[in-house]
Amino acid sequence: MAEAVPLAGVLGRFGSKVTLDESAADMPCLWVPPEALTELCLFLRDSADLQFNFLSDICGVDFHPEEPRFLLVYHLASIPNHWRLRLKCRLGDPPVAPTVTPVWTTANWHERETYDMYGIHFDGHPDLRRIYMWDGFDGFPMRRDFPLRGYKDEMNPLGATRRDDGGRA
Amino acid sequence: MTEVTTLQETPTDSGYAREVLMNLGPQHPSTHGVLRLLLQMDGEIVERIEPHIGLLHRGTEKLFESFTYTQIFPLTDRLDYLCPPSNNLGYALAVEALLEIEAPIRAQYIRVIMAELSRISGHLLITGALPMDVGAMTSLLYTMRDREMVMDLMEMISGVRMHTSFVRVGGVREDLPEGCEERILEFCDIFTHRISDYETLLLNNRIFLARVEHIGNITAEDAIALGLSGPNLRASGVDWDLRRDAPYEIYDRLDFNVITRADGDCYDRWKCRLDEMRESLSMIRQCVDQMPAGDFLVDDPKIAFPVDKDLLAHSMETHIHHFELAAYGFKVPAGEVYQAIEAPKGELGYYLISDGSEKPFRLKVRSPSFVNLQALTERTTNMRYLADVIAMLGSLDPVMGEVDK
Amino acid sequence: MGVLTNRFQDSVLFTTSDNIINWSRKSSLWPQTFGIACCAIEMISAGCARYDLDRFGVVFRPSPRQSDVMIVAGTVTRKMAPIVRRLYDQMAEPRYVIAMGTCAISGGVYNTYAVVQGVDCIIPVDIHVAGCPPRPEALLHGFLQLQEKITGTRVLRAEPDTLPSPEGA
Repeated sequence: MAEAVPLAGVLGRFGSKVTLDESAADMPCLWVPPEALTELCLFLRDSADLQFNFLSDICGVDFHPEEPRFLLVYHLASIPNHWRLRLKCRLGDPPVAPTVTPVWTTANWHERETYDMYGIHFDGHPDLRRIYMWDGFDGFPMRRDFPLRGYKDEMNPLGATRRDDGGRA
Repeated sequence: MTEVTTLQETPTDSGYAREVLMNLGPQHPSTHGVLRLLLQMDGEIVERIEPHIGLLHRGTEKLFESFTYTQIFPLTDRLDYLCPPSNNLGYALAVEALLEIEAPIRAQYIRVIMAELSRISGHLLITGALPMDVGAMTSLLYTMRDREMVMDLMEMISGVRMHTSFVRVGGVREDLPEGCEERILEFCDIFTHRISDYETLLLNNRIFLARVEHIGNITAEDAIALGLSGPNLRASGVDWDLRRDAPYEIYDRLDFNVITRADGDCYDRWKCRLDEMRESLSMIRQCVDQMPAGDFLVDDPKIAFPVDKDLLAHSMETHIHHFELAAYGFKVPAGEVYQAIEAPKGELGYYLISDGSEKPFRLKVRSPSFVNLQALTERTTNMRYLADVIAMLGSLDPVMGEVDK
Repeated sequence: MGVLTNRFQDSVLFTTSDNIINWSRKSSLWPQTFGIACCAIEMISAGCARYDLDRFGVVFRPSPRQSDVMIVAGTVTRKMAPIVRRLYDQMAEPRYVIAMGTCAISGGVYNTYAVVQGVDCIIPVDIHVAGCPPRPEALLHGFLQLQEKITGTRVLRAEPDTLPSPEGA
C-alpha cells in the first residue's frame, strides 16, 4: 500500500512544511507542523485523487524527558481507494494543537480522550473536557511522570506521594 | 436511577410543557454496561443526548506499558469482553508485524476459527439483547442458550469459557484437541437452523419492527464522518470490510459475502449482524476443511515456547531460552505499526510503538465501540422519543469495556 | 423487623419463627441487574437457560429498592464508586452483597490509578466469588453459600449473652 498513495500532490502544495517520514514501514507517513494540520487534513479529505474520508484514530504519545515532549499521531483511511496514511505532529510542553473536528466529526471524542490522558489542548474544539476521568481529577494519567498507581489520597492509600511538578493539570 | 431536573416550563392550553434534563443512569437494564446518558427532553421528545463514559476506565493503556508483550494478552481479552479471541488476534498481528514473523498456516487457521466463533458469540448477545430492550424478552434466553454452545467450544479448545488468552505472538498456545473439528462442524450444523429460528421469531413481529424500523437512520456520509465501522457502517450502505479489503491471516483464502444494507436504521444494523453470523458459519466450515497439519507456534526459541515440550527435558539450550522468555520476555525491534482487524464491533486497531525493549513504549487501542457510541450524540433522523434512544443504543452495540478501556 | 430484631431469648417459638423467616429470605433472594464489566456476562449466563438461577428463587429486579442482594460483577472504578455506594444505600434491609470476580474482590489485575482495590473499600461484602470471570457454577455456589449464611442468622432471637438476665440467676 505504501507505494500506491500519490503524495506528490500533497508535498508539492505543502512542501515547505510537510515532509515525508522515511522510516515508516507499514504505511506512508507525513510529518506535519501543528499550524498546517487543519488545512492539510481538509486537503486530504476533499482532494479528488486522495479522498481520505475516514479518520481511524488520534493517538497521543509522551516522550518525557525528551524534548519536544509530545507527539500526536493521526491514522487516516481512504475507503474508496483502500489506502492508509499516518500523520505525525510533534508538540512541545505545554502542548497545543488545532482541532480537526470540522474535517471529521469523529475527531471530537478522540481529541477529548487525548486531552484527558495527556493534557494536549485542542484549539477550536467545541467541547473540550475530560471523558474518562471525573471532572475534578488532577493530572493527566498517561503522561510518563504520572505514577501507575496514582497519587495518594484517602481513597487511594497505596498511591505515590504527590510531588510539585509533573503530571499535574 | 432517573433524576429529573426541570430546565424550563412554558404554559400551554392543557397545562405546562416542561423541558427537563433526565439522567439515564449507569445502573439501568438497557444501557449495556455502565453508561450514563444525560437526556435533554421536551416531554417525551429527546432533543439532545450526552453520554458520560469512563465509568469503567481501568487504566489499561498505562498498564500495557508495564507488562511484557505476552503478559498483555489477558489485558486485551478484557477490552471487548464479548469476543476476547478477536482482540487477542489483532494485538498478536501488530507485534508480529514489528517482529517481521508470520504464524504457521495451521495456527492462522485456528486463530481465524476462534475469531469467527467469537464473532458469532458477540453478535448473538446483541441479537438477543436488542429485542429484549424493546420488549421481546424471550429472544435473549434463546441466544444465550446458543452462546453456551460457543462457550463450550471455547472451553474445549482453550480451557476457558470467556477470557481465553489462547493466542500467542507467533501462533496459538496449543493445538486443537482430538475431536474438536467434529464438534465445530456439529455446532455449525445445529446453529444454521437456530438462525432461521430467530428470523421466524422476530422478522415478522409487528411490535419489534415498529420499534426498530425507520428509527435512527444514519446516511453513508454521516457514517463515514462519524468513523463508524463494522456492521454499523455496512448497514448504512458502505461496502467496507477489512477482512476483504485489507486481508490479514488467511482471510484471502476464504470465500464469503460482505453483508451491506441500504437504510442504516436500527433494524438494518440488527439484521446485518444476524446475516453476518451465517457468513461466519460458512467461513468456519471452510477453515475446518482447508486447515493443514503443521505447527501451531512459530519455531523461534527467542520468541515462543518450544512446540515440542519434550525438548525442555533434554536440551539445555531450549531450557535457557524458555527461562528467559518466561522471566524477561522477548524484545521487539524498535518501530511502529498500526494493525487494524475487523472485530465483531468494527475496526479494532492497535497502534504499537516499540523502543526495542521487552515492554511496549506505547500501545494504543482504537476501540470500535468508543467511536460507534459517538453516533448517539449526533442528531440522526427519526429518533424522537426516549424509546428510540434505547433502540438506537442497542443497535449500535457498544461494549463498555472497550469504550472505556 | 424494626423493634422486634434481636429482642427475644431462645425458645421454641422464636427459633421456629427465625427458621421460617430465614427460609423465606434465602429462598427468594432478588438481585439488582447491576453488571459492570465482564463478570456481568457470566452473571447473565448464570441467569439464563443452562445454569438457571430462577430455580433458586433468584429473580433479577431492575430497581435497587426492590432487591435483596447486590452482585457487584466487574471492576469498580473510582468514578463509579459513589454510584455503587448510592445503590447500596438505596437497598432496603436485609441486604447482602456478593463480590463477584477478582476485580470486585481486590481490584484484580488492575492495580492502577482509576480502580478501587476491592469493593469492600466502599460497601460491606458478604460473599466473595473468586474467578476471572467465575464460572456460572461458581456464582451459583456463591448463592448457596449466601443461603447458608442466612440460615444461621438470628433475626428475632438475640445473642445469648446480650439479654438482661432475670434476678437471682
